[in-house]
Amino acid sequence: MTATMILKIVRYVLLDVMRNRWVLGYAVFFFALTDVLLRLGGSGPRALLSLLNVVVLLIPLVTIVFGTIYWHGAREFNELLLSQPVERSTLFHGLFAGLVLPLSAAFMVGVSIPLALHQAIDRETAPLLGMMLVAGVALTAVFGALAVLIGGLVDDRLKGLGIALGVWVLLTVAYDGLVLWVAMAYQDYPIEGAMLALTFANPVDLARVLLIMRFDVSALMGYTGAVVQRLLGGSLGALAAAGGLMVWTIVPGLFALRAFRRRDF
Amino acid sequence: MPRVVEARGIVKSYGRLRVLQGLDLTVQRAQVTAIIGPNASGKTTFNKILLGLVRPDGGEITIDGARINGSSAYRANIGYMPQAARFPENLCADDVFRMLADIRGVSADSAGGSTSGPAHGLTSGPASGLTSGLVHGLTTGPASGLTSAPAGRAGSRRSSERDEELIETLSLGPVLKTPIRLLSGGMRQRVNAALAFLFRPSLLLLDEPTAGLDPISSSTLKDKILRERAAGRTFILTSHVLSELEELADRITFLLDGVAHFSGTQDELKHQTNQPTLERAIAQLMRQRASLPAPEGAP
Repeated sequence: MTATMILKIVRYVLLDVMRNRWVLGYAVFFFALTDVLLRLGGSGPRALLSLLNVVVLLIPLVTIVFGTIYWHGAREFNELLLSQPVERSTLFHGLFAGLVLPLSAAFMVGVSIPLALHQAIDRETAPLLGMMLVAGVALTAVFGALAVLIGGLVDDRLKGLGIALGVWVLLTVAYDGLVLWVAMAYQDYPIEGAMLALTFANPVDLARVLLIMRFDVSALMGYTGAVVQRLLGGSLGALAAAGGLMVWTIVPGLFALRAFRRRDF
Repeated sequence: MPRVVEARGIVKSYGRLRVLQGLDLTVQRAQVTAIIGPNASGKTTFNKILLGLVRPDGGEITIDGARINGSSAYRANIGYMPQAARFPENLCADDVFRMLADIRGVSADSAGGSTSGPAHGLTSGPASGLTSGLVHGLTTGPASGLTSAPAGRAGSRRSSERDEELIETLSLGPVLKTPIRLLSGGMRQRVNAALAFLFRPSLLLLDEPTAGLDPISSSTLKDKILRERAAGRTFILTSHVLSELEELADRITFLLDGVAHFSGTQDELKHQTNQPTLERAIAQLMRQRASLPAPEGAP
């Protein structure tokens, strides 16, 4: 498995993915949304704050759905390349990069360009934008890894898509409900530790915490955000959240790689 | 006769479906070995196991004396033409050719039209070009494949030349820039054929190569196979077209229920079954097997 070989594969995967309108539409969506928010709200930080919830909900949705479809669609590519002198792990890494790179790039370009056009990137906005891009890319990586895992374990395309949507609902919408329920039910007990664990058990929460601590808007912080802030503090909390997101990428990714090495094509 | 492929006791199941149940198969250099058998008898699965696309549950395969163990380098010497050509939808044939040339580390430049003949001997051992005309029988000498293999491997890696003959003779020129998804089934199959020969592999796996090809393309491809065999390349061919097998196959392996029921030359097959033609011989073979108590899971 060599880096140059992975790069070669990424190049050709990108050639294929870039001709896919999904990715273009994804970039255009972020472009239009950011542009509208800037026109309505004016300043960069306010527009980014409004973007926050879209980023935290939409990036996981699009990435996991697109990723699962992409992984199934890559079958032809896999058969073709694996009958060449190409290692399976090399192909796997190439395909994964070919999924995460274009989606990340579309998001980054879509958000950054309107800000630049409106000349809204000032000293206050730049670090917020940077953190937003980091969180967005991290979410893309996490949900890309989950998509690849689902795509690799579930052969049926529709079933895979259903599971992907289920995972998204669980991690975004349902999880908040669960956390709230736990908080309510055990409000008489000291449950900060448990809450912290619950936060780290959900990549979406981690990304949200990462962003909100930057924006310094405690009203939006929610229960888990407040816990992280209090227990870990600002910079340590951010580091821990970033580390958590990394684990969330690597662990599903490794399981997906294992499945990829073992399967029959 | 040097053996290129040696398979021993290959077993493979997909869930409860037992596809291969202890397949033994030997393929000799510079010969066309045809694998025949009814649908779902495991022909394609065997090809895929050779390529490492499918992992066998048991058994052992050596190619050019080296065991297949999950590494990928040996595939540089193999050309594969799958049954149904499937390519990344948005790429055109030219993209695919370039991509694979790039990945194989072969120069992406055009070979320049000249069809290099046997003289190059890029992939075969030095002797095979000379002897291939004579060795239609089954001279099972000591396996000297071990000695000729390294030379062949180094040779094919050195060659930067691509074999673009089929791109020309199958008239693929005009559609090279068309996205493959827009090509008809037959055209895809032609791309598929051109691709199998493109990097001058020493071993070619052709899975029903002429299915879906028009008569002209089909005979172009058959001519190519015969020429490349004479140049010392080895073929494993599956087909249901008996006339084609009669024309091409040096050896025939009859596969049923995941086991090789017959392996030998066409003459041996006719002799053993006491039938005058290949078609009748195979029909006889199938009938014999049908009258035996069929192993469980027989189609």
